[in-house]
Order: sequence, then structure tokens, then C-alpha cells
Amino acid sequence: MMRAALALLVLWLGATQTLASERVVLGLSQDEVAITATFDGSSLLIFGAVSRDAPIPVDGRLEVVITVTGPTGALDVRRKERQFGIWVNADSVRLSQAPSFYAVASTAPLKDILSAVEDLRHRITLGQVVSTVGASQTVDDVENFTAALRRIRERAGLYQIAEGGVALDQQTLFRTSIELPSNLVEGTYQTRIFLLRNRTVVDMLTTGIPVRKVGMERWLYTTATTQPVLYGLMSLVIAIAAGWGASALFRLLQR
Amino acid sequence: MQIYLPIAEVAVNAFLLLGLGGLVGLLSGLFGVGGGFLMTPLLFFVGIPPAVAVATGANQIVASSFSAVLAHFRRKTVDLRMGGVLLAGGLVGAGAGVQVFAALKARGQVDLLVTLFYVVFLGTVGGLMFWESLRSMRRARNPGGTVRTRKRHNWIHALPLKMKFRTSGMYVSVIPPVLIGAGVGVLSAIMGVGGGFIMVPAMIYLLGMPTKVVIGTSLFQIIFVTAFATLMHAITTQSVDVVLAVLLILGGVIGAQIGSRMGTNLKAEQLRILLASLVLLVCGKLALDLLLEPSELYSVGVAE
Repeated sequence: MMRAALALLVLWLGATQTLASERVVLGLSQDEVAITATFDGSSLLIFGAVSRDAPIPVDGRLEVVITVTGPTGALDVRRKERQFGIWVNADSVRLSQAPSFYAVASTAPLKDILSAVEDLRHRITLGQVVSTVGASQTVDDVENFTAALRRIRERAGLYQIAEGGVALDQQTLFRTSIELPSNLVEGTYQTRIFLLRNRTVVDMLTTGIPVRKVGMERWLYTTATTQPVLYGLMSLVIAIAAGWGASALFRLLQR
Repeated sequence: MQIYLPIAEVAVNAFLLLGLGGLVGLLSGLFGVGGGFLMTPLLFFVGIPPAVAVATGANQIVASSFSAVLAHFRRKTVDLRMGGVLLAGGLVGAGAGVQVFAALKARGQVDLLVTLFYVVFLGTVGGLMFWESLRSMRRARNPGGTVRTRKRHNWIHALPLKMKFRTSGMYVSVIPPVLIGAGVGVLSAIMGVGGGFIMVPAMIYLLGMPTKVVIGTSLFQIIFVTAFATLMHAITTQSVDVVLAVLLILGGVIGAQIGSRMGTNLKAEQLRILLASLVLLVCGKLALDLLLEPSELYSVGVAE
């Protein structure tokens, strides 16, 4: 299916050779990620092509960087310390802006294809995304806390760096696959595609992929947060019915 | 089969949860205990966030106590008046416990609070049970030892505000049952347990209640206090996961049926030693987590 889509893109590119410079044309394997009761992570395929109005430029290679950013919010990073013989949470740092999910994939190591100025402008590397700007300064070593956040989330698959994870064919067709873990936060996942030449961004495209709980999961979650009293009572009724029903069934079976 | 829990926001194997419910149900069938004090730590071990484990544990206990309390009502072994007094204390205690829980959750200290409570209570109860069963095994081997009689009158009978409890045949002050109820209420809110393992000995040894009404009366109190704790958790911390609860309940019912049949083939003393060892094992694991340097010192939480 993807092959067919790519072929279509190429045809379409041939027809629209009037655009200026190099531009991104994007395809996605899915335009929505649904969290169902059996959701166990998902694989997001991002593919597309570069459209041009002139022959492929010869000054420097074309590079592609793709990022996916989950809903961003404030976080508390805490550090344990031994107090009275036991390990307890002691120092904490509040990061005002940190994404719940961040994946960056590129055709080559980012430090080789991306200038510091462009990184600063577009916030592409994890160092820029999880920055200490706006962190509450209650400890002397904020960078240890941001490093810990990156370490913990990289281990959980929530922060991903795939340098070389984007395949680029004939400087025109690109594709990458991003693994979404099962513990996703709901919201819009911003997907950005950057085209770079000589460490400078020549074009960029942004699109959002909604990730949402559906069906029963959605209903339970919204009820729990918007009507907690009703949800609490319902939980009790369901629990009693399940326990009572199951043991009644057992008694029936024993007869 | 992985199942996504909507409130805990993690995907866990559904059969693992059914198995956990079954294991705890088996133990409760074997030993006649609620098993909440094992359920909550086991949920921590499989990766359920502690706040969700505690709140959902309370919900699950409502279900497992419900059919038991009905049976006691049929046998008329519930002292409603005493149950009501215990319950009054229990509601106050659970209300306070949930407030403490929510306040510490906001400060990132709720895991510590829950673990500390578990280490202290599992350690004490498991240790006492182990010691008690060793002693009675030794006594069984050389009979003729001294048998202590339970004191009928103690300082409790000197307290004011006395009340008549007809079903139990007692005339005692309401202060000790209210205090016992409140203490158990705090435990059920913070630990996600029914608290029978504290309340039953307290009713027998402190209040001197007749053994035949103790279980039914404590279940009567537990069902309302845990229901109240569930509701309070749903309102203040929104951490009751009904999908998780249903899986645990279904596993629990099946386990309890198997357990109660297995129990008749084993000797009571051996059973108690077994349970005591299990309790001490869970306590040891939780204590080690507090005492040993963790491999990851940092943790991440969503700012409230």
C-alpha cells in the first residue's frame, strides 16, 4: 500500500514541477492513534517525498529530520536521598515544559547535519526539547535532573533518538517508523519534517496526529475525571455485582 | 493478552492480573483472611502506580466482603450496634486518611508513606503470627503446659460512655470501639486494606467480644469503610481503576473457591506458619526497597 502511495506521490510530483525550491510532501500510515482496551503500543509509519522545480542541487547532500512530540506539560523530577537510614524523595526540580513523548529520527547523526542555530530555532535535539529554561532553581545541579528525565524516558521508550533512522531514496523519497509505547498520554502528537542542506533547514512541514482513548476506555476515563462521584458509585456497584455474580455462579455449578 | 487500564494508564497482561486476584483469593480461602494486605504490594510489584493500587484495592475488598457479610447476616452473627459504632469511627478515620494520602501524593511522598505503613504492619503482624504458631506447635507437642485464661475485666471497662450491645452480650464504653474503627479506617485509606487483621484481634482481646460475632461484625464495618474510602479516592485522587478491580475480583472469586477446598486438607498450624512466612517475605522485599540504594535515584511525576 505504501509503495502505491509513493508511486502516486512521484506521479503527482511530476505534475507539479512549478513550485519554488525543495518542498516536503507527506504521507502517514495512520491519521489517528486509538487507545483501545487491548492497546499495546503502535508503530507509526511516516513517509513522503521531496518536490522540486529544478534539478537536484549539487551543493551538499539533502538530509531529512523527523520529530514527533507528545503533549507537553510541567513535570516534577525527584531525587532520592538516604535519610534516617531509608531512601526517600528529597530534592525535586519542576520543569515547566517537557513533552510526554519525543522521537527524533534523521538520515545521519544530528550534530553533522544540523547547525546549533537551527537547533535552537526549531528545538530539535533532546537537549533543546528538555531544557532547564524555566526550571525552579532550588538545587545546584539542575542538569543532573534533566539528564535523569532523559535517561528514564529513553529507557521507557518515551524519548527516542534514531540517528540514521530515516531512509532516503534518490534524494527524493523518505520514510521512517516510530514505535509508540503502550503508556501514551492522550493528545495531539505534533509531527515535523525538516529538509536540510548544508546544516540549514530549507523546508519544514508540521502536522498533528491525534492520539485518543476510544470506546470503553474513553468513556471510563472521562467519567472518572469529570464525574468522579458517579464513577466512584459505579465502581462500587460493578465490583459488588462482579463479586456476587461470580460466587453465585460458582454455587450454581456446584449443585 | 495485554489489557490497557484506563486510569492506571499502563498496559498489563490480563491473565497476570487474574492470576494475582486468584492467588490472593486462594490465600483468603485457605487462611480466612481478606488478603488486601498482600494484594496491594503485589500490584506495586507488577508496575501499577501505588496510588491506583491502594484505591483499587479498597474497591476490590468491597466486592470480596459483600457475599461473606450476607452469609453472616443469614446466620445472625453480626452485631449491628457494635458494627455501627466501629463504622462511625471508621468513616472519620478513612476521611482523614484520604486527605493525608492526597496531600502526600501532591508532594511526591505517597509511595514512601504506603511502603512504610506496609513494612511496619506486615512486619508486626507477620512476626507475631510466626511466633504464635511456633509456640502453639511446641505446646501441642508437650501438653500440660500452662494455659492462660483471657482477662474478662480490664481498664477498658472503667471508661465512661457505656452502651449496651445485646448481640454480643456486652456493656462497654463506646470510646475503644470508635478508636479501633478510626484506626482501621486510616489503614484502609492509606494501605487499601480492609483492616480485619488488626480489627479482629482488637475486638477479641481488647473488647472481649464473643468470637462468633467478631468476623461478621468486622466484615460489616469493613464493607462500608472500604466503600467510603473507594468513593473518597475516586473524588479526591481519581485513582480507582474499575477495569483492574473487575479482573482482580473475578480471579479472586475463583481462587477463594479453590483455596477453601484445599484448606480442609492442611493442618491449621502449618497453614499459619505458611501465611506468616509469606507476609514476612513481602515485608522483607518492601523493606529492602527502602534500605538498599535504588539503581535509579531519580523519578518523574506529573506536576499537580
